[in-house]
Amino acid sequence: MTDIKITIIDRQGVKHEVDAPTDMNMNLMEIVRSYELAPEGTIGICGGMAMCASCQCYVLSDHELPEMGYDEDLMLSEAFNVKENSRLGCQIFINESLDGLQIELAPES
Amino acid sequence: MIKTDILIIGAGPTGLFAVFEAGLLKLKCHLIDALPQAGGQCTEIYPKKPIYDIPGFPEVLAGDLVTNLMKQIEPFQPGFTLGERAETIEKLDDGSFIVTTERGTKHHAPIVAIAGGLGSFEPRKPPIANISDFEDKGVEYIIRDPELYRNKKVIISGGGDSALDWSIFLTDVAKSVILVHRRNEFRGALDSVEKVQELKNLGKIELITPAEVVGLVGNNKLEEVVIKQGAEVFKLECDHFIPLFGLSPKLGPIADWGLEIEKNAIKVDNTLDYQTNIPGIYAIGDVNTYPGKLKLILCGFHEATLMCQSAYQRIFPDKRYVMKYTTVGGVEGFDGSKKEAPKAVIKSID
Repeated sequence: MTDIKITIIDRQGVKHEVDAPTDMNMNLMEIVRSYELAPEGTIGICGGMAMCASCQCYVLSDHELPEMGYDEDLMLSEAFNVKENSRLGCQIFINESLDGLQIELAPES
Repeated sequence: MIKTDILIIGAGPTGLFAVFEAGLLKLKCHLIDALPQAGGQCTEIYPKKPIYDIPGFPEVLAGDLVTNLMKQIEPFQPGFTLGERAETIEKLDDGSFIVTTERGTKHHAPIVAIAGGLGSFEPRKPPIANISDFEDKGVEYIIRDPELYRNKKVIISGGGDSALDWSIFLTDVAKSVILVHRRNEFRGALDSVEKVQELKNLGKIELITPAEVVGLVGNNKLEEVVIKQGAEVFKLECDHFIPLFGLSPKLGPIADWGLEIEKNAIKVDNTLDYQTNIPGIYAIGDVNTYPGKLKLILCGFHEATLMCQSAYQRIFPDKRYVMKYTTVGGVEGFDGSKKEAPKAVIKSID
């Protein structure tokens, strides 16, 4: 199975290009954690249930992403620093169509 | 002063199970938790979500797991200090500890086990530049005493259950209630949403949606909030602004207890007993870290078990003891109850 490339801008503004596996049912939040691009305890607090918004990110590239689910939409309605291109990283699962995806982590809140 | 053998900070699944393992060793436990109920994240964040990796349970709801744990530890009569955050710790000359909560409740124990998960749950504060200037001067993140709002003009923001429920409750207390939310839809329980709709129709709650509170104005005390609704920005007079955006765990005061911290977690000796760099203080469950750490409930259970054995040795250094299986020794509660495996019936064959 192939890996894809994802560019992640961390909360300090540093850009990282990482390899993300497409065969492990991983989501963007988990990719960020696996490369330790945000301190533990500041991302993925709810574990990936769309219940905390600690993995909010801004999508910078124009990839077609999975449609936003009900839980994600409502969580973002209560999150801070939300923009038009905000998504919850935990709800975006890695697959080959996301090769070249660019995201920026939202500030911790 | 509350006295116990093992003082457990955090009443999540790991802390609760520690009570059971301690009970088998005839050690009494008392738990402190910042939340008003036991269960930690399982109760606060995802009570209705299933967990699939508790050994022996193909599927269990997080809330049910907590209910079962509470039943399992009942014979060991744990004490609880709930709704209070452990604030300070003091080591006495005899090696024991006094832990004091932010409300001044004191606890004395020879052993402290921190099972604090990701930390104590604290309100999420909206990113309004000068919000800290108005804390307790008109801005409250938690409603402690509803009487504070009697005949006052109150603005609440948020879209979840607590924003809806408090808006409903305060209509009978406050002079006026305005609920501001970024969307027209609310995330709370359907009943609450319908009740707010009804109160709105009766003119008892004013809804401002989709809108956001973006600024606070006042001279040493909150006088007005600035609201942004679409392109329009306007001010509204009020006495209180209550942002209710849920809770988020923060390590909090524990971070200042002199414990070695790494990755927002407490470093422990995982080769032995999950003790921290301060002898007599242990850290178990999601709050600790060591090479290869996994934040899983089942790992917390294991850590709690080993911690209790070590705690026993520390309290009774001269006593010899070996671990007993519950199937063999049964469970003798502090309440006089006893559970044990039924004895085999011996019958002879003629």
